[in-house]
Amino acid sequence: MSTQRTAQAAGLAALAAAAIVFPLVFTNPVVTNYGVFTLIFVVAASAWNVFSGFSGYISLGQAVFFGSGAYALGIAARDWHVSGDAVFALLPACAAVGALIAVPFGLVALRVRRHTFIVITIAVFFIFQLMAYNFSFTGGSTGLSSPFLNWHADTYNNPFYYITLACAVGMIGLAWLIRRSRFGLQLRAIRDDEDRARGLGVRAMRVKLAAFALSGAVTALIGGVWFYYLTQVQPSTGFDPLFDLSIVLMAFLGGFGTIAGPVVGALIIEPGQLYLTAHFTNGYYSEILLGALFLLVVLFVPRGIIPTGGEWITALRTRGRPAVTPATAPPPPAAAPPQAAPSPPTTAPPASRSPSTPGGSR
Amino acid sequence: MSALLRTDGVTKSFGGVQALSGATIEVDEGTVAGLIGPNGSGKTTLFNVITGYGRADAGEVYFGDRAITNAAPDRVFALGIGRTFQLTRIFARLTVLENMLVATQHKGRPRNLLARTSRGHWVQQRRRAMDLLEFVGIAGHAGVGAGTLSYGQRKLLELAYVLVADPAVILLDEPAGGVNPSLINHISDRIRELNKSGKTFLIVEHNMEFVMGLCSRITVLDSGSATASGPPDIIRTDKRVLDAYLGEDVEDDDDIPG
Repeated sequence: MSTQRTAQAAGLAALAAAAIVFPLVFTNPVVTNYGVFTLIFVVAASAWNVFSGFSGYISLGQAVFFGSGAYALGIAARDWHVSGDAVFALLPACAAVGALIAVPFGLVALRVRRHTFIVITIAVFFIFQLMAYNFSFTGGSTGLSSPFLNWHADTYNNPFYYITLACAVGMIGLAWLIRRSRFGLQLRAIRDDEDRARGLGVRAMRVKLAAFALSGAVTALIGGVWFYYLTQVQPSTGFDPLFDLSIVLMAFLGGFGTIAGPVVGALIIEPGQLYLTAHFTNGYYSEILLGALFLLVVLFVPRGIIPTGGEWITALRTRGRPAVTPATAPPPPAAAPPQAAPSPPTTAPPASRSPSTPGGSR
Repeated sequence: MSALLRTDGVTKSFGGVQALSGATIEVDEGTVAGLIGPNGSGKTTLFNVITGYGRADAGEVYFGDRAITNAAPDRVFALGIGRTFQLTRIFARLTVLENMLVATQHKGRPRNLLARTSRGHWVQQRRRAMDLLEFVGIAGHAGVGAGTLSYGQRKLLELAYVLVADPAVILLDEPAGGVNPSLINHISDRIRELNKSGKTFLIVEHNMEFVMGLCSRITVLDSGSATASGPPDIIRTDKRVLDAYLGEDVEDDDDIPG
């Protein structure tokens, strides 16, 4: 167990070191550009997963937050005359905008479940795209441009790389903390049976709304970074339906509801998408492949690479022997209710006790 | 003795079907009460109304002297009324221990945010959860996915995770339904022990031996209203009850244990 822990820690440290030296080794801006975009999607897919993956409410409206973050940064920088490095100080405001939008959005959408919820998130998404097209303060269909950054072209990407890397590390850490907290447990209970969870005291609406707002805040923040990196946003790029499909596919490919899943999914899909877009002038190739990949994932690895791969590895290592040692069943000691003052007479070992299923799906 | 849980003229209909028509029942503090009646007589609907899973069209639900009619399920639970379901509803993708911890938020949680997030509180909750799993007899499965439990084990888990928050009243919907005889005895022993330690129970059950042996007072529900109420011996011989529910099934040799 402890050797496994050490191995895990060493693996993570190696991964972190590799991520940190990446732009120093691959100095070509074309390559670091891949890095920045991939990390943006690592953050967005993880943020989606913390809400949708944990709670089971599939949101196809995350672009609402992504675009709103981008626009918020653009509008704030323009109207408050912020420029240069100081623009990055506006990123927390982007997160706040995301959370502020998530609350009314969630209060409406989270009243319904499953398919209805998905449809409502899509509807809200289109409302936001239409607003971006039609309001004057969003710049209409031409969108917004970011203030100029006076950075050297050769290393222009590097600060963005480290900012997105910091966001990614922060988001993964947050997902990990939530996963092992009571809040995360309540979200997963909601995913399994929301009504039953309510009957056990889980204030479902609050829990869902908190996760939705958190997810929206992080998505809006990374949307702001994306906008400043790209230096411009239009309604069709800020509020892009493909953004939603991409992050959902990333999470599904890697492993819905796991910490590593969305990260692995983003690391595979985003560079692939960028490569295809860059090398085939017809942009729709990547979209066709994205759709095909979605089908393949749903058909063959519906639970994602991380859970399914983990099972394959376990199966290989154990070669059919039980992966979980059957629980030894000691006769229950004085089985008194923990709150009982007098110790009532104990009964024989309960009949229900049987060894746990060998080779269970652990 | 005062009624800890009381419904007063609860009425509910689903479209044209009158599920409850003025159901009035009382559960005294510290007792094990039974609720019997033929299929479709409104037992589960009454449970749903009490625990916030269904809205009453008319009538009131009282917990102590507090009206809790149509309160939301999480609020009813926080007040101290826990329930199980006829078809067990566990969280299949969580482990057994995680199932237990879902219910551990309200009671005994420190007000202070620091203390609440502290390790000690969490450890204490886990220990309590393990004690309860030990109590019902499935502690050996704590780390296993709850979806792999057998039906009987799920019944035990449902009982255990309701107990986590230490509710004053526990509503059990067919705890012995679909469970083998030795496990039925195990469950009724657990209920007796919990009752001795002060828990109040309201039990819906079709297994007459189980109900008659366990309950000190039984209410008969027929067509959505309570037609009779009293100790098991009286209920067994009540003409209306025999007509409405027990019918030919109750033989004289169908003796009641302990």
